[in-house]
Amino acid sequence: MEGDPMRYPMRYREAVIEKTLVIVALSAIAVLGLIILFIFKEGSPIMARIGVIRFIAGAKWAPSRGVFGILPMIWGSIWVTLGALIIGVPLGLACAIFLAEMAPARASAILKPAVELLAGIPSVVYGFIGLVVLVPFIRRWFGGPGFSVLAAAIVLGIMILPTIISISFDAFKAVPVAYRDGMLALGATRWQAIRMVILPAARPGIVAAVILGMGRAVGETMAVIMVAGNATKIPSSILAPVRTLTSNIALEMGYAAGEHREALFATGIVLFVVIALLNLTARLFATGGRVAR
Amino acid sequence: MNLVKEEEARKIDRYIENAKKVNQHVINARVTAAFAGATALTVGLLIFIIVYILSRGFHMVTPAFLLETPRQMGRAGGIYPAIVGTILVTGIAVVIAAPVGVATAIYLTEYTRESWLPRIVRFGTENLAGIPSIIFGLFGFLFFVIYLDLGWSILSGALTLSAMILPTIVRTSEEAIKAVPNAYREISYALGSTRWQTVTGVILPTALPGIVTGVVLAIGRSIGETAAVIFTAGASLRLPESLLDPVRTLPVHFYILAREGISMDNAYGTAAVLIVLILIINIAAYSIMNRFVAKSR
Repeated sequence: MEGDPMRYPMRYREAVIEKTLVIVALSAIAVLGLIILFIFKEGSPIMARIGVIRFIAGAKWAPSRGVFGILPMIWGSIWVTLGALIIGVPLGLACAIFLAEMAPARASAILKPAVELLAGIPSVVYGFIGLVVLVPFIRRWFGGPGFSVLAAAIVLGIMILPTIISISFDAFKAVPVAYRDGMLALGATRWQAIRMVILPAARPGIVAAVILGMGRAVGETMAVIMVAGNATKIPSSILAPVRTLTSNIALEMGYAAGEHREALFATGIVLFVVIALLNLTARLFATGGRVAR
Repeated sequence: MNLVKEEEARKIDRYIENAKKVNQHVINARVTAAFAGATALTVGLLIFIIVYILSRGFHMVTPAFLLETPRQMGRAGGIYPAIVGTILVTGIAVVIAAPVGVATAIYLTEYTRESWLPRIVRFGTENLAGIPSIIFGLFGFLFFVIYLDLGWSILSGALTLSAMILPTIVRTSEEAIKAVPNAYREISYALGSTRWQTVTGVILPTALPGIVTGVVLAIGRSIGETAAVIFTAGASLRLPESLLDPVRTLPVHFYILAREGISMDNAYGTAAVLIVLILIINIAAYSIMNRFVAKSR
């Protein structure tokens, strides 16, 4: 490139560039640190005041009376996420297996980007479709208000499909070709090869896919708000309305002040810790697989 | 002794009997059909969402709708300020995040082997990638809006989004740079180039399409983001005059119209614009990537 090595000390210039790159590269961890610092600083005082246990295990959320318990929202997040997994995992894995192992290469090349496009659709659009199609459908055929655990689980189950499909697809593709070819040469059918060799070999990647999909479901906000009904009660059935941790924050953030706002940031802390644990588990599984291979 | 043998023989008979009953090829065909059905269902959902929104909203999208300011809270008029807001917030977010993300990727791929420093950098980007957008919204509100006193503004929204899309850009750029054949580096060094000369002269030009794909996908993600933007960029319907003015982006506008039932027609129109934008962006990203892959083969 330009720059005559005789004219200026190139080694010096290289060193400056390298140092600059290091500093810039540290910005991601800096942002992570700032996020933790600010959210914990804002949310922890009220948690300390109420007591962590009473905040997490408190069954009543009545901000106007200064009662802050997020147990209904924790249950809400758990129910909705489990529902999303029950819908999204089998469907997603079936898609990933079909695209990676069964479909002709040309069909895969068209279908995979189409599936990935699902990830590009904004969450408000998912929520809206849920609101105008799914909620009336559930109200009509299953009863209840329609805004429900079921509606949120179906919407989230669809939203986590791209995550589950692309990560487990990669896991299937990472299984050495010789495994599959060996099975087929022994006279196994394709499904036998998948069931007996490819699925077990890809298991760490599949687990990581499920956990990351779970993280996405726990963290999703706008789509859930639009279909879940948002009642601050522990849901009694899958047709009952429900409020998740994320919706609790987004619904009340607009007008909350003082202690109430602190309690929302404390909800954020709980959410953050849950997500961090999920990501950590996913990484353990993913790297565990790499070591084993 | 005899008894045991007989028992075993019966067992084997039963096994063969069972094996005859279940024809593996039939099972294989059924499973394949079922999984093809699952894939068809998934792609069908995508098509349903796109068609549903476009069939109800596309007729709303007229030049007037795109270029007029909203009246009566969005009940009438167009979505011009939301379009401007979306472009500004997304544009600035990408302008901030792209150089930082690409520099991080260069550092991770070209400047280090595994040691504690890149491990920390990786830890940062990987964890940032898993954080839900609402947490970014909370953080942006506390840090940019209040602590740095930028208020609800284009700048607060853009900075928050840039933090959110940073991991995407790092990951895709890293993959693009890793895909550059090692021979390119070796030749460059053999010719006496320094590391930075190799990066700017050989690696970045070769990896550029892959990097651009990542950036374009990040743009798509920013355009559709709601939770991180609504608490940082605000929800003002006025046309912004400076970067410190609040704006309402398209998804926020759509959310407010739909959730508060202000105008379903305008909500569908806004959603149609949003969907078309997302489609164009994703198809662009995909075709850039495709050409890149074809070229590197």
